Amino acid sequence: MITKDYKRRENKIEQMHQATLHPNEIFLQQLEADGKFDADVCFQCRKCTNGCPVTFAMDLYPDEVIRLVILGQREAVLKCRTIWVCAACETCTARCPNGVKIAELMDAIKERTLLERVPVPQPQILTLHRTFLKNVRKWGRAFEGTLLPAYLLRSGQFLHKWRERLWGWDIKFGWRLLYRGRFFHFPKKIRGKKEIRNILIHHKK
Amino acid sequence: MKIFELAYYPGCSLQGTAKDYAESIIGICESLDIQLTEVPDWNCCGATAAHSIDRRASLDLVGRIFRQAAQMPQSEMLVPCPMCFNRLKTAILAQPFDQKTEDQYRIPMEKGFPKIWDTANFFATQQMMETISNKVQQPLKGLKVVCYYGCMANRPSEISDETDFENPQSLDRIVMNLGATPIAWPFKTDCCGATQVLSRPDIVSHLVGNLYDMARRVGAQAVVVSCQMCHANLDIYQEKIEADWGRRFNLPIYYFSELIGLASNVSGVEKWLSSHLTDPFPLLRELGLWNPT
Ligand code: SF4
Ligand code: SF4
Repeated sequence: MITKDYKRRENKIEQMHQATLHPNEIFLQQLEADGKFDADVCFQCRKCTNGCPVTFAMDLYPDEVIRLVILGQREAVLKCRTIWVCAACETCTARCPNGVKIAELMDAIKERTLLERVPVPQPQILTLHRTFLKNVRKWGRAFEGTLLPAYLLRSGQFLHKWRERLWGWDIKFGWRLLYRGRFFHFPKKIRGKKEIRNILIHHKK
Repeated sequence: MKIFELAYYPGCSLQGTAKDYAESIIGICESLDIQLTEVPDWNCCGATAAHSIDRRASLDLVGRIFRQAAQMPQSEMLVPCPMCFNRLKTAILAQPFDQKTEDQYRIPMEKGFPKIWDTANFFATQQMMETISNKVQQPLKGLKVVCYYGCMANRPSEISDETDFENPQSLDRIVMNLGATPIAWPFKTDCCGATQVLSRPDIVSHLVGNLYDMARRVGAQAVVVSCQMCHANLDIYQEKIEADWGRRFNLPIYYFSELIGLASNVSGVEKWLSSHLTDPFPLLRELGLWNPT
C-alpha cells in the first residue's frame, strides 16, 4: 500500500518537474516589459487571493493568474474572466509580502488581450471602459449625462431592458436623480481638447 | 487672512453627480478660510478605464494636469476624489522627474510636482483639526457612525504614503473632533466595487450589502465617507441593494465634509444633504441635530 502511494506521489513530482523543467518565460518577459510587476518573485502564499473581495466572481484566483503567467500559460491567462471582473481595489498589491504588483499586472494583461484581439469574456466591462474614454476624448472631461445613456445603448442593456420590460426601476431611478438635483450640468469642452484627442487617439470608438 | 492657499483639482464626477460633495468642500473651505484655486482648464485623469486598457494614456492625461497646475503659484494641491488622487500620485511615481518628463509635459523642472493632498488626510492634520474645533457650534452628540475609507485613498501604501493603510484613522479623528462617536469596524478599506456598478451590478450588490450588514452589526447609525464613488454605491443604490438582499438597512451616508458643515453651521448643509437618495434627515432629527431655522 505504502509503495503504491509513494509511487503516485513520485509520478506527481515528476509531472511537476516537467512543468518546471520547460518553463516558457517569454510571456512573463513580454508582460514585464510593459512595466515592472515582479511577478517572478511570487512564492504562492495566496495572501492576494485571501484578501480579494471579488473571488466569488472569478474563474482563476489572483495567485493562479500569477502562477500561470510565470509558467507561460498564455492562453489560459488571456482568456480568463478574472482580469476583467477585478475591481482594481489594490488589496492584493498592498498586501503581497513580495511586492508583486498584482493589480497592475492584471491591467497589463488586459491591454495585451486587446492587442492580440483575444475575445473578452466580459464584454460589458470593456464597453464601459471604451465608452468612458470616448466620452473623455470628446469633452476633455467625463460627462455623466451622455456617458450613462451611451453605455446603456452600446452594451445592449437598453434594448434588453426595453424588450424585457425591465425599465420601470430605471425610469423611477432616473427621475429621482433628476428630482434631487443631480445630472443638471451641461457639458463644456475644455480648451485643451486637441491635446486630449491626441492622447486618446486610439479611442475614437 | 487665508490660512491656506491650495490648488484644487475637483475631477469630473464632482462636477456632475457628486455636486453635493463638491459644494460641501467649497462651503467648509470658505468657512475655514482656505482658499481653493481650480487648476486652469483641467482635464479628466482617465480613471479606471484608462489605467485598465491604456496605461500610456492614463499617464499622459495626468501629465497634462500637472502642466496646467505648473502655471499656478500654489505648491500643494487638494484632490477630493480618491480615484483622481490615486491616479495623480501613481503618475508621479511612474515618471521620475527628469529631463524627459520636462520635455514631454513641459513641466518646469525647478518646480517639480505639487504635493497632492487627499481631502480626508488634509482635514485631519493637527492644524486643521484645531481650526475646525474652534468653529464647531453644534457638536454631533449621540451620532454613532462607522467611517468607510474605500480603496483608492489608501492603497497601495507606496502610492498613498499612508502608514495605516489597513486601519486608517483620518475620518475617525475628524468625526470624533466634531463630537460624534466613530465605531471601530473591520471593513474600513474594503472595496465597494466602484464603477462595476454599471457593468456588473451583482458584484457591487454583494460587496456593498456586506458593508451595510457589518455596519449594522457593530451598531452604527450611519456611514461616513470621503469618496464620491463609495457614496454613489452606498447611497444612490441603497434601495436596490436592499431589494437584492431582501433586507432593510436604512443607513444614511454622509460625506465627512457635510458633517463638518453641519457641526459648524455652514450655510448650504440642507442643500447638500437633500440631494442624497437615502434620506439623511430622519436620523439627524431623531438626535436633535437638525433644526433648520
Ligand atoms: S500575495 Fe504575492 S507572493 Fe503571495 S501568492 Fe499573491 S502574488 Fe504570490
Ligand atoms: S485588485 Fe483585483 S485581484 Fe486584487 S484584490 Fe482587488 S479585486 Fe482582487
